[in-house]
Amino acid sequence: MLKKIASGPYLVWILLFILIPILMIAFFGMVRIDPETGNYFFTSDNFKRVFEGVYLSVWTRSIFIALKATFICLVLGYPMAMILSRMDVKYRTIAVMLFVVPMWMNFLLRTYAWMTILGKNGVLNKILTFFGLPQMTFLYSEGAVLLGMVYNFLPFMVLPIYTVLSKMDNGLIEAAEDLGANKFNSFRKVILPLSIPGIVSGISMVFMPAVSTFVISNLLYGGQYMLIGNLIEQQFLVVNDWHFGSAISIILMIIILLTMAIMNHLSGNDPEDGGANLW
Amino acid sequence: MVNKWIKRIYTAMMFIFLYAPIAVLIVFSFNDSKSTAKWEGFTFEWYQALFDNSYIMKSLYYTILVALVSAALATLIGTFAAFGIYYMKVWKQKLVLNVNSIPMLNPDIVTGVSLMTLFVAMNIQLGLMTMIIAHVTFNIPYVVLSVLPKFRQMPGELMEAALDLGATPWYAFKKVILPEIKPGIITGALIAFTLSIDDFVISFFTTGSGVSNLSIAIYSMARRGIKPEINALSTLMFGSVLVLLLIINKRTKIEDI
Amino acid sequence: MKKLILLALAMMLLVTGCAGEEKGQVLNVYNWGDYIDEDIFEIFESETGIKINYETYATNEEMYTKIKTGGTKYDIAIPSEYMIEKMIREEMLQEIDLSKIPNIKNINDRFMDLSFDPGNQYSVPYFWGTVGIIYNSESIQEPIDSWSVLWDEKYKGEFTMMDSQRDSIMVALKELGYSMNTRNLDELEEAKELLVAQKPLVLAYVGDNVKDMLISGEASMAVVWSGEASAVIQEYPEFKYALPKEGSNLWFDNIVIPKDAQNSDAAHAFIDFLCRGDIGFKNADYVGYATVNNETMKLLDPDLMDTTYAYPKDEWIENFEIFNDPGDFITEYDRIWTEIKAN
Repeated sequence: MLKKIASGPYLVWILLFILIPILMIAFFGMVRIDPETGNYFFTSDNFKRVFEGVYLSVWTRSIFIALKATFICLVLGYPMAMILSRMDVKYRTIAVMLFVVPMWMNFLLRTYAWMTILGKNGVLNKILTFFGLPQMTFLYSEGAVLLGMVYNFLPFMVLPIYTVLSKMDNGLIEAAEDLGANKFNSFRKVILPLSIPGIVSGISMVFMPAVSTFVISNLLYGGQYMLIGNLIEQQFLVVNDWHFGSAISIILMIIILLTMAIMNHLSGNDPEDGGANLW
Repeated sequence: MVNKWIKRIYTAMMFIFLYAPIAVLIVFSFNDSKSTAKWEGFTFEWYQALFDNSYIMKSLYYTILVALVSAALATLIGTFAAFGIYYMKVWKQKLVLNVNSIPMLNPDIVTGVSLMTLFVAMNIQLGLMTMIIAHVTFNIPYVVLSVLPKFRQMPGELMEAALDLGATPWYAFKKVILPEIKPGIITGALIAFTLSIDDFVISFFTTGSGVSNLSIAIYSMARRGIKPEINALSTLMFGSVLVLLLIINKRTKIEDI
Repeated sequence: MKKLILLALAMMLLVTGCAGEEKGQVLNVYNWGDYIDEDIFEIFESETGIKINYETYATNEEMYTKIKTGGTKYDIAIPSEYMIEKMIREEMLQEIDLSKIPNIKNINDRFMDLSFDPGNQYSVPYFWGTVGIIYNSESIQEPIDSWSVLWDEKYKGEFTMMDSQRDSIMVALKELGYSMNTRNLDELEEAKELLVAQKPLVLAYVGDNVKDMLISGEASMAVVWSGEASAVIQEYPEFKYALPKEGSNLWFDNIVIPKDAQNSDAAHAFIDFLCRGDIGFKNADYVGYATVNNETMKLLDPDLMDTTYAYPKDEWIENFEIFNDPGDFITEYDRIWTEIKAN
């Protein structure tokens, strides 16, 4: 009996606050209100508009900058994860912990920090002036947004790769080297393939928040750089077009869930574990 | 040898990249000037201003309140949920776990606007309650996923054995199962608490009536430019994170022994 | 487990307790960021015992959406004229009982009974002003008198625009020589092209952080509301405020009570309080905008008279326009604005 009712409150909760809200925005995305009668009518206009002209360029911009951020995180993060995983156990715990500490700081404070550094009168420009170099505009540029993304999401790339690498059997690498593989080949043929699950989960953990953020672009590129997140925020909070906003949200959700499913499939993860392996 | 140095330099550069922004905030939180343009002497003025700022203090109060309440509720609901799910038929279990993972996979902004749509359509006034509901919603999945494995690790039919020996279901749950899954519950509660403290996007869309958490307060202040009070706040938060980690580190060491 | 349940229960009590604690008299005020001297809240609270719950917005549109949505029930809001017209049309406002606002006698007749709210049935004047260009005369030597500087390559990355749809589109429409209340789609499209072409030159689209950006030197020129210019210039006289010769926006912000306000009596009391001469002065002195209050006027620094940023001479703003509500055509403005920002 207890077994049956134990999950009751939970089932009600996820029905009410997970399933129904999503069904609601799906519905809102498919309808508009007739200004004459005030009634809903079904239309595909909202979804069509999501892929039209200027909005299409918002999608490509968002996806491109998220891909760039993911790529940079991978290039910077993989060597870091390798170094961490090879460290002497004595220092390793502390090094990994030091790597995690900034992540525990509030996300907004981390982004805000770059505002003080990149501003016209910020620290970076002060350093430039000190060396007699001309001042530059760092803040309010695409570079600033990219930097903000890399800074905030880098640990999400390093940690999963690190976890996989540190669990890897060192015997395998030694065996490969004994069999005559040089360092490069043992990396290419042994280490890299075995670390794919880590890479895959790192990529999805960076790409997903990067593609949907509106905070980083708002703070570091003052309002004229629109990503998908900003577009959704604007539709819901400023323009008051919830139908269009809902349609964009649904498309974003579908894209993300599809990428996740593909990613999970690639790395051979059991989708049932969902994000549990992240921790 | 060269290799080793490259590694060291690389590691050092990474840590500089990670910590330089935080260091800048900390240094300028003691600067006797509103701007970060130059150093004009040491002051505690901004810390004073921070504690005098009723908006930030109120937000801090709401942050902690929401984190405590939502973590407690999520842990309670999530633990029983894991218990129920563990005994479900396989197809049902799969279905439920898939729904369970939606808030974890979905972008925060979609979760945020969908909850806001629900509250508004139901004519529920946005505020503390809606924010707590939203936090419980995104916390529960993590609790379920940290408790469920503990059930799976549980030796055989513990519950059945206890029931056979004449225990009531509730007694069996309390005395036999609970001790087994306790570590999972604690992990789940901690994750829930941290996620709640750190959340911005979902809170941003689901709150109203003058209720804001620390993240929202920082966002609205940061949008208006550099504020030395935020530097002071960052320093304090960084300090508390460090202290917290030291405590955790010490605890795990003692357990190791 | 028991402890956990107890803890959860205690928390619930705490939450409901807090909700209860605020049950006294609370007035939910929704206002533009930095558009009131928050010290006057304490005066109001000590005089009436009504607690003020204060929230801010950055644009008329944001305020409208929030009130339309109904997530929070506000007792006071301060929209601009075109938005008031729209809100009246959509029956979003409560009628104001002027007999409960004796201090209305302090308000200058010039600001009463304007076309967007005949007879002040729904709104009471708060501040008025213009939109213009503020610039730092130390870094920008040439005299500024036209919107066209905002398309000048040499100021690339030096200036900010407003993150407000009607105001930014207005700048482009005026530069093109059109009315800022146009309902001609071609003119609107032309304005869009102009603003899109301008984007690479713009440092940022900003809200009420513009003052900080100017003072800190992040930007040396900005399109602003007159009061923001006034607040900056009174502290940093190197800044100047220009009223563009092509004409601009002359605006009036009035206090309103939204339809679903919970505490209409307190809202009336608060409006009356704001209309008091001394309170008006404290407020005007803090925010820098031009007062509508005769009593406040007497207390003001005479130096402010005949300045571009505070109380301009009538002939300087002869060709200025007042926004009106474009009705359903607003969806075109919404679309144009979204497209400008998305580009």
